[in-house]
Amino acid sequence: MKLSDLTSQAGEWLRGSGPMSDIVISSRIRLARNVSGFRFLSKCTRHDRQSLEHKIRDTILSAQLSLKTLYVDLEAAPEIDRQLLVERHLISRPHKDAEGARGVAVGENETLAIMVNEEDHLRIQVLRSGLQLEEAWEQINAVDDQLEAVLDFAFHPRFGYMTACPTNVGTGIRVSVMLHLPGLKLAGEIEKVFRAAKDMRLAVRGLYGEGTEATGDFYQISNQTTLGRSEDDIISDFKHTVIPKIIEYENQARKVLAADRSTALDDKVCRALGVLRSARLLAPDETLALLSHVRLGVNLQRVKELDINKVNELFLLTQEAHLQKILGKKLDGESQNAARADFVRHRLNGG
Amino acid sequence: MKCDKCNKPATIHLTEVFAGKRVEKHLCEQCAAETEVGAIKPHTPINELLTNFVLAHSGMSKETAAGCPQCGIGWAEFRQTGLFGCEHDYPFFDKELTPLLQRAHEGGTHHLGKVPTRRGGSNVPVKRQVDLARLRKGLARAVEAEDYERAAKLRDQIRTAEGAA
Repeated sequence: MKLSDLTSQAGEWLRGSGPMSDIVISSRIRLARNVSGFRFLSKCTRHDRQSLEHKIRDTILSAQLSLKTLYVDLEAAPEIDRQLLVERHLISRPHKDAEGARGVAVGENETLAIMVNEEDHLRIQVLRSGLQLEEAWEQINAVDDQLEAVLDFAFHPRFGYMTACPTNVGTGIRVSVMLHLPGLKLAGEIEKVFRAAKDMRLAVRGLYGEGTEATGDFYQISNQTTLGRSEDDIISDFKHTVIPKIIEYENQARKVLAADRSTALDDKVCRALGVLRSARLLAPDETLALLSHVRLGVNLQRVKELDINKVNELFLLTQEAHLQKILGKKLDGESQNAARADFVRHRLNGG
Repeated sequence: MKCDKCNKPATIHLTEVFAGKRVEKHLCEQCAAETEVGAIKPHTPINELLTNFVLAHSGMSKETAAGCPQCGIGWAEFRQTGLFGCEHDYPFFDKELTPLLQRAHEGGTHHLGKVPTRRGGSNVPVKRQVDLARLRKGLARAVEAEDYERAAKLRDQIRTAEGAA
């Protein structure tokens, strides 16, 4: 499998196929693990960092975690490939920009990604469309077992899995659910989400995680507590308390918009569609914001001629690295915005 | 003034308070050296004084202040970056770390959840670790249910198990 094979399709996180997928974009679980006997990365020598990378890479590739596993050496990979992996949510931004021996293994149709030498020696991630937290946990737990059969993870009976940063210690788990909340945003009630999350000690972040903006009305909710609670407890909070509550808020907001402000709603949706179908220059963030309104329109059946998958795909394929990979050339500034507008116009006008 | 013990001139004057009573002592240098008063070094270097003062007020022992013997990281460096240097830092900085963990993890200080089976190498007995996780879970439940008798029993069992580990 090659990296370029990925660009042609939507990728797991935007497949839009899982349960509740009109609101829940994806469910993600990651586990932070370190190999016992090696220092954490901030105190690792160059030589040890390299040895670690080799050791973990060999372990992953020989463990046969999936039918096809792609390993990308990120120290050698060009910027555009690293950016592509960020856009597909397979690596973090810090991992893309870091230096030194590091990599990522991608398997199982992109549902599995293992970052090597990020903040911790291993960051195992499972990403699935829609609300599938239990399935994600089952999958990642099995992968963790397979790796642990070969690697000796740093573990302490009291502290649990020891991580570089104590905010991840214990289970080392981060559960993140990506939500599309254009209804609450339009209704001016997005604060409700922040309040609900805060009550449960959860963090709300933007599209690409820590420190990013909520572009395109995408919000990522994730746990902060990792010590003193079991994985099951943490996941259960999401599944039974937080996510159903936010889904209810969003559905309520959408219902009110459709019932009381239907003209205003249609105006938003149709204007967005009109711009996307006619514009000659489209910037990345603007595209996301417009697509968000169109996605809402399709989900509420205000726009009937568009397939939701087509809209989902556009969210991903119009991002910087994807667009350049598809068109096969380096583009920036205005030429990139022009290419994006062409691409979107053709796709939406039946191309 | 003359020394309380001999008749030489007293050069060291000490006032102590014992059970609310003021006791004054006047000693010559020789006699002072023979008693516990002499144990106080007359010239403690200022840097040692300062170090001891800072240590006493930070609650750190001399040992942790020197940094982790495995990776060399000190507490101050950790506080600056938020990142530890190796797995040994957790037990090493236990005392300093605990309040931080409590703040970050809703009061949590002990791991609950998955325990590795360690087929990979280390010879830490797996069974005991699993038992610990189960005991801690029980303790959390007992506290939640305000069953303090059971909680105390479980706490003792955990202590015994941890000691054995």
